[in-house]
Amino acid sequence: MNNFIIALIPLLPLATFILLGLFGRKYFKTSSGIIGTASLLASTAISIYTAYKYFFVYGKVNGVYQPITALKYTWHEFSPNLSIDMGILLDPISMMMIVLVTFISLMVHIFSLGYMKGEDRFATYFAFLSLFSFSMLGLVLSTNIFQIYIFWELVGASSFLLIGFYFYKPSAVAASKKAFIVTRFADLGFLIGILILGFQAQTLDFGVLIQRLTTAGSPQLIGITTTSFLGISLLTWALSLVFIGGAGKSAMFPLHIWLPDAMEGPTPVSALIHAATMVVAGVYLAARLFPVYAISAPGVLEGIMYIGAITAVIAAIIACTQTDIKRVLAYSTMSQIGYMMFALGVSKYGGEDGLGYMGSMFHLFTHAFFKSLLFLGAGAVIHMIHSNEMKDMGGLRKTMPITHITFLIACLAIAGIPPFAGFFSKEEILLAAFHGNKFIYGLALLTAGLTAFYMFRLYFSIFWSKQATAEDNLNVEGFASEHKPHSEGTWSMKIPLIILAVCSLFAGLVPFANYITSDGASLATHMDLTFSIAPVVLALAGILLAAYLYKNESDKSTRVAALMGSFYKAAYRKFYVDEVYLFITKKVIFNLIGRPAAWIDKNIVDGSVNLLATTTGQISARIKGIQSGQVQSYAIYFFGGIIGMAALFIYLWM
Amino acid sequence: MSSIPLTHILFLSTALFFIGMYGLFTRRNLISMLMSIELILNSVNINFVAFNKYLYADKLDGIFFAIFIIAIAAAEAAVAIAIIINLYRSHRSIDVEDATEMRY
Repeated sequence: MNNFIIALIPLLPLATFILLGLFGRKYFKTSSGIIGTASLLASTAISIYTAYKYFFVYGKVNGVYQPITALKYTWHEFSPNLSIDMGILLDPISMMMIVLVTFISLMVHIFSLGYMKGEDRFATYFAFLSLFSFSMLGLVLSTNIFQIYIFWELVGASSFLLIGFYFYKPSAVAASKKAFIVTRFADLGFLIGILILGFQAQTLDFGVLIQRLTTAGSPQLIGITTTSFLGISLLTWALSLVFIGGAGKSAMFPLHIWLPDAMEGPTPVSALIHAATMVVAGVYLAARLFPVYAISAPGVLEGIMYIGAITAVIAAIIACTQTDIKRVLAYSTMSQIGYMMFALGVSKYGGEDGLGYMGSMFHLFTHAFFKSLLFLGAGAVIHMIHSNEMKDMGGLRKTMPITHITFLIACLAIAGIPPFAGFFSKEEILLAAFHGNKFIYGLALLTAGLTAFYMFRLYFSIFWSKQATAEDNLNVEGFASEHKPHSEGTWSMKIPLIILAVCSLFAGLVPFANYITSDGASLATHMDLTFSIAPVVLALAGILLAAYLYKNESDKSTRVAALMGSFYKAAYRKFYVDEVYLFITKKVIFNLIGRPAAWIDKNIVDGSVNLLATTTGQISARIKGIQSGQVQSYAIYFFGGIIGMAALFIYLWM
Repeated sequence: MSSIPLTHILFLSTALFFIGMYGLFTRRNLISMLMSIELILNSVNINFVAFNKYLYADKLDGIFFAIFIIAIAAAEAAVAIAIIINLYRSHRSIDVEDATEMRY
């Protein structure tokens, strides 16, 4: 197989970005969507072909999937054994990710054809989408921890561009800045972690790095574990810092604050970046370095487990109270990523103990389908209603039948009802948690119940709730007559919904454990029906509760909210995390560090420069009379100088 | 001829040099200043020739230098007079004190 064809997977979107970015607004004002979609279609085809070849033809050696470096180009060499390379790594998770990223991106491209139609900056939008696809594909195919960092920043930048796409809305600008700064702040940790790992392990290459840091007794492992800083070994530091980078991208508590605000971007973007692909980059990174975490630093892995579980629960609770449908989905995303994280956390390396790893990747896979479906469905609803607020919706099941059915499928999938996709992956995670840590298992069950509740709260509020009264119908009709193509959206919006719904139905049936496991060898899983009872019953209870509260319009939900009192209010206010951040930044950092620093800059740094300038000015004002313009006086100074020097010369040497 | 000692000639050139210097500093007329410069150059020429004659009689370096300086003096005079003429055209004067535009 020609390896250069694989390189086309990320390079095609890059070419599209350059083409549309430079010439899109002028020459491809309307055709840019087709161009972007076509190039991504090619990318998708190549990546599916590549993944097929890898999984079924040459990836497996002696029953174990081997990582293969398809391409490697030494870009920047520091020393013979330490260099930044650009390359393509084929292994099970990168294969899964390229298929996922290209496929979801393709769906989002198709959906955007309808959703963004008539937008002023249509071409720019598709250029940014292509840039994102390129960066994300580069990220997942990285052979090298520094390469992943470069693409990591690129996805951050394209996420920034797309959140701020409606740059005339101040809230979008604020959200894009917030997303960029928070993730950037986390990425600082990632960079420091990379530098420590690179310095201690003497390499940046993933394969070599993992091999050196997991082989007991290798000089690099001894070096990094025996050197300590503040009483904690450098390995723990490095892996924790790398995880902080991942936590920032994946919106783990307490670095999650940017994700709900990121919903200011166009909805298809939220589906692509802030639900299915970019936000799982943190999980992907942890999975990429998983052998190091699991074998050499189980302490850090335990931290990941707790952070993931806490995020899962907190985000689920907040999601129950939000009224903006995209924010509910954003918190749900956080919660599900928390699931993936703690699944990694409870896992161990290799064999049966690696169930959590496999469950995490499986959930990443299925979650991408149903979460992007939910977002695209929400996008279709928003496209029709022109509002994000739940109270503006209700009773839409008649007017939007396709959206309704697909949304229902996605809700069932995320709630973990068999036989939808989410059920299978969630089951693996719960099983792993059950064997790993009972406390985490409890939290996971709680989250599963909450997930079902808030997803169906959303579902019932959008599609049921209000009886479609004559007045409402009139409103909708009036709307439809004003914006004729806005009824349920064009076919380009419906087709992705249908395809994704089919995927959400059947993605769970993929025999995932045969392909993606922590050590590459296939894993025998078994469905234990008695084990599934608890989560499914909980999920059904959540659905029934949501149906009871929200199916018909009533004040039951407000009464329940009043019953919860301050807890409800705290959850509605997102547990005041944003306020805490504001307090820390505005009150503490600005006053204690910002202002003194500004004072020093203004008075001491600027002052010394100003002092130099004024002194020079004053001295020159005094002595400028010497420059009289009289040639003869110049000649006298000159001659006097010569005489003086001659006298000195004679005095010294004679 | 050899009865004249070297010091006499050096006295002559030193006197010429300082007369030139004095002229350069005191004259306000640019042409006079130019003439003073010629005096200084010639005092140097005398030095060259005298040292060549008295110390290295078998060589010609000093004489070549003197000829070279005469050539340069001619060129310099041409340039200087051109400047003076231009100055006169713009200022209607060749008094050096009238041309002080280039001061601070």
